Amino acid sequence: MATSAVSLEPAAHVEAHELSFLRKYIFSTDHKIIGIQFLLMSFVFLLFGGLMAMMIRWQLGFPERPLPAGQLLPETMAPGGILLPEFYNSLVTMHGTIMVFFAIMPLLVGVFGNYLIPLKLGAPDMAFPRLNMASFWIAFSAGILMMAGFFVEGGHAAAGWTAYAPLSADPEWTGVSGGQQIWLLSIAILGLASIMGALNYITTVVNLRAPGMTWFRMPLSIWALFVTAILVLLAIPILSGAAIMLFFDQTIGTHFFDWTDGGQVILWQHLFWYFGHPEVYILILPAMGMVSDIIANGSRKPVFGYHSMVFALISISFLGWVVWGHHMFQSGMNPTLGMTFMISTMIIAVPSAIKVFNWMGTMWRGNIRFHVPMLHSVGFVAMFVIGGLSGIFMAATPVDIYIHDTYFIVAHIHYVLFGGSLFAIFAAVTYWYPKMFGRMMNSTVGKVHFWLTFLFYNMTFFPMHDLGIAGHMRRIYDPSQYEFLQPLAPLNRFITVSALLLFTVQILFAANFIMSWFKGKKAGENPWEANGLEWTVPSPPPHGNFAKVPTVYRGPYEYSSPLVEEDFLLQTRKLASDVDPAAAGP
Amino acid sequence: MSWILPPSASTFAGEIDFLYYVILVITGIAFVVVEVGLLVFAIKYRARPGRKAQYIEGSTKAEIIWTAVPAVTLVIIGLMSGGVWNHIKGRNSIPPNAIPYEVHVKQFEWNFTYRGPDGQLGTSDDFIVRNQLHIPVNRPVELQLIAEDVIHSFFVPAFRVKQDAVPGMDIRVWFEATKVGEYEIACAELCGLGHYRMRARVFVHSAEDYQQWLSDRAAAADEE
Amino acid sequence: MRRFWVTSCLFAFLGCGGGDGGSGGGGGAAETAPLGNASISGMVMFSGDAPANPAIDMSEEPECAAKHTDGPTNPIVSVTDGHLANVFVRVVGGLPGGPYPVPSEPATIDQNGCLYVPRVVGVMVGQTLAITNSDPLLHNIKAVPTENRLFNISQPRAGMTSNRIFTAPEIMVPFECSVHGWMNAYAGVVEHPYFAVSGADGSFTISGLPAGTYQLEAWHETLGTQSGDVTVEADGSATLNFTFGG
Repeated sequence: MATSAVSLEPAAHVEAHELSFLRKYIFSTDHKIIGIQFLLMSFVFLLFGGLMAMMIRWQLGFPERPLPAGQLLPETMAPGGILLPEFYNSLVTMHGTIMVFFAIMPLLVGVFGNYLIPLKLGAPDMAFPRLNMASFWIAFSAGILMMAGFFVEGGHAAAGWTAYAPLSADPEWTGVSGGQQIWLLSIAILGLASIMGALNYITTVVNLRAPGMTWFRMPLSIWALFVTAILVLLAIPILSGAAIMLFFDQTIGTHFFDWTDGGQVILWQHLFWYFGHPEVYILILPAMGMVSDIIANGSRKPVFGYHSMVFALISISFLGWVVWGHHMFQSGMNPTLGMTFMISTMIIAVPSAIKVFNWMGTMWRGNIRFHVPMLHSVGFVAMFVIGGLSGIFMAATPVDIYIHDTYFIVAHIHYVLFGGSLFAIFAAVTYWYPKMFGRMMNSTVGKVHFWLTFLFYNMTFFPMHDLGIAGHMRRIYDPSQYEFLQPLAPLNRFITVSALLLFTVQILFAANFIMSWFKGKKAGENPWEANGLEWTVPSPPPHGNFAKVPTVYRGPYEYSSPLVEEDFLLQTRKLASDVDPAAAGP
Repeated sequence: MSWILPPSASTFAGEIDFLYYVILVITGIAFVVVEVGLLVFAIKYRARPGRKAQYIEGSTKAEIIWTAVPAVTLVIIGLMSGGVWNHIKGRNSIPPNAIPYEVHVKQFEWNFTYRGPDGQLGTSDDFIVRNQLHIPVNRPVELQLIAEDVIHSFFVPAFRVKQDAVPGMDIRVWFEATKVGEYEIACAELCGLGHYRMRARVFVHSAEDYQQWLSDRAAAADEE
Repeated sequence: MRRFWVTSCLFAFLGCGGGDGGSGGGGGAAETAPLGNASISGMVMFSGDAPANPAIDMSEEPECAAKHTDGPTNPIVSVTDGHLANVFVRVVGGLPGGPYPVPSEPATIDQNGCLYVPRVVGVMVGQTLAITNSDPLLHNIKAVPTENRLFNISQPRAGMTSNRIFTAPEIMVPFECSVHGWMNAYAGVVEHPYFAVSGADGSFTISGLPAGTYQLEAWHETLGTQSGDVTVEADGSATLNFTFGG
């Protein structure tokens, strides 16, 4: 297999001999297999993260009642099936950790980065296929290590997914020592996998685009993944560094975050959020990119304002580096920083607004097909905008005084991560499923899943804004301790019931995913009548993707083009008026 | 289920609440425009046989409008917020006549140190009350938050006050209560297993009652 | 499919696993067989005026305040008629070598009225210490020993029991409650069973000893330690008193 960076040899040269099952499906260097490996791994973690959320919600909705099957849990976690406060804190920590690092991030970046980048650019594989394989297995190992933390004495990390020092730095404050150390090691190892992936994606996008695939003929999904990869490359090392520093404070007697010995407590917050803010853009940009592709396809129209959309992606990624302090407005840092970070945070809302209007513009005067990916994508826009608007409240520093560390923030997080990223993931998985597995997911089940998820999702998370406005704090095991929160108990119950329904309804998606793999209607090359290069090869594509190096004649959004009868026009279709690009390469 | 803020009882709560409602209205309008727009487009432009989408690549004019309008709106919100922020959290905005208290914050208690009859903190007649903050109405108070172990956060929802207490840092928070009564204090930063129960109370007294309470405490302290 | 199996395995793990030195009794299955029949008993006295113990402000814990008819005080120095309670007395020399069988009965310490009761408790290495909560509110049992593993656990409701086992001798393991800063207790972890805690009347008895000469040490949390020697005959008893000064 060619490993040089600038190689576009057609797949015909690829070894005709059969690889063993192990080499083909387990230790594969094929980006498509690796993408699917990330998909399966992430779904498992998504399930774990969701189970943890159900346990958290049970405690908040029905605090006196034992958890169903709670007797399975050991005495150190939930005696008599009722959660202990320290285990609740651990659940809250691990729910966030697993969802952010082992579900959403690998789903967006690991799955679709891997699967789409070579296919949509006309490349046979990633620039560094073996590095790609290593990146998956390292991520997988990090995941196993993270789960091991549940089984050590003292329990798993319980200082929040944000792991603020000193709570996370000294076992004395939580009784947790091994668990937090495992958490830090696992994050550092996962970071290594992410950095490897980022290197691969950037190199592939820069070097392996097919002839004619200029920068501004790349689909927005690839632009987003490219920009995200740059964010990953620059932000993850900061997290890794901070994690190592905290690990050293815990184990070898350093005092980076120990105020009693010359350290700085809020240094952790600065380091974490300097990574953490770009991280949240890592968690949304690929979603935005893929949603752009799908909305154009569903609307049968070009993306409205393609260049603005690229500009918005790039501005978000630049601005994302100078807003981190908005997580720290109440932290005790110099109040002047509250002003500066407020300004930068207000500014970063603008490119997101631009994108929302451009998505609407794409649908305007379209001829919209509401296939399941389109439903989820429009749902994404509808809910991402709520998450974005709620952010403005927090950006206004005086209002943040009141809503910081309340459920208003929890609502915001979940509107962008679930209403945003996860809906985009449902859209993307359904959309590229035929390409991955050669079969269609069931459309009726998909529609029912979408509507029920949309309904229960909003019933779960929209009321959390109200909890926050009432002053309900986050990470609170038993709100009834406060008189001002007691009247909110019915609302907490309502949210819990909605959440349980929301979780249950995901069975539809899981069943659809699994059953369609075996029984789904066989898919042709281009079931969605889309324009990208991946729709010009068989479903699933062979190793090496393209029998011949493709040539690209136009951008990816030529839907309803006046040049042809059909309402779509493949990037690689040569029309009489097209000229071949002068040479291969960028 | 509402977006109405609960009642407040401090001087700067009004400024915060006003800003909140301004943002609520602005974001509410944006919300309606986008959601109704999406719904209208979804219905009006749904695929029907014989229709074709219009091949439109964009509109520079539209881009300019929907960049400028949000940008200007957000700048205005920012400017409105800046003054309020400085008034509440600015290092130089603590009223000079604020009554000083020390708060020793630890897992999972608030120990309020009162300056005692001599009016000076740090003298032998200071006394500590666990989980109870007694203050007079209509007088600014300044709390020095001294965290002893991990980060906590002093949160009085009714006063719209929140400030993290960070070990190793000199953190001050001030406010002025406007209504006599009893209000709850919560910890708003995860600080361990007892975080959920780290509750204290603020008692806002009339000026006379506050003096009475102080002398009762001083007398009780003398007896011990 | 894969997800189903992984989930089932995880639940199986959770059911069996769960980590730390939690439930379960100590090392020995049988009752401790005494090495002998001799006993040492005595009185711990306090000379001088008993210092006043500090008052505890339980005004924000009404369920606990209700359990104290007089204003609660922190029993740091607990003197009744010149007798000192909560002194941990143990044999420090003269014993035949171990190992000594560990009782299956746990030692116990309770949280009642927002105080640890007893304030001082003795437990053998490997013996279970059963910590219980008799208050209908959150207590946080935090121990930061020097020779043993630290733990920091909660008991949010009345009627809960948590079991801990110490793996190394330590005089004394300090207990706190982070929710109630005045709550302290001390556990003496000893390799042998020859220890006792003086009661409210100042008396203590250590029994089951073989004949011999023994060195004893008496420990108090603020008043320091005192030592003494005593000889006892087989099946006999001897007296050793300690006096702590104010």
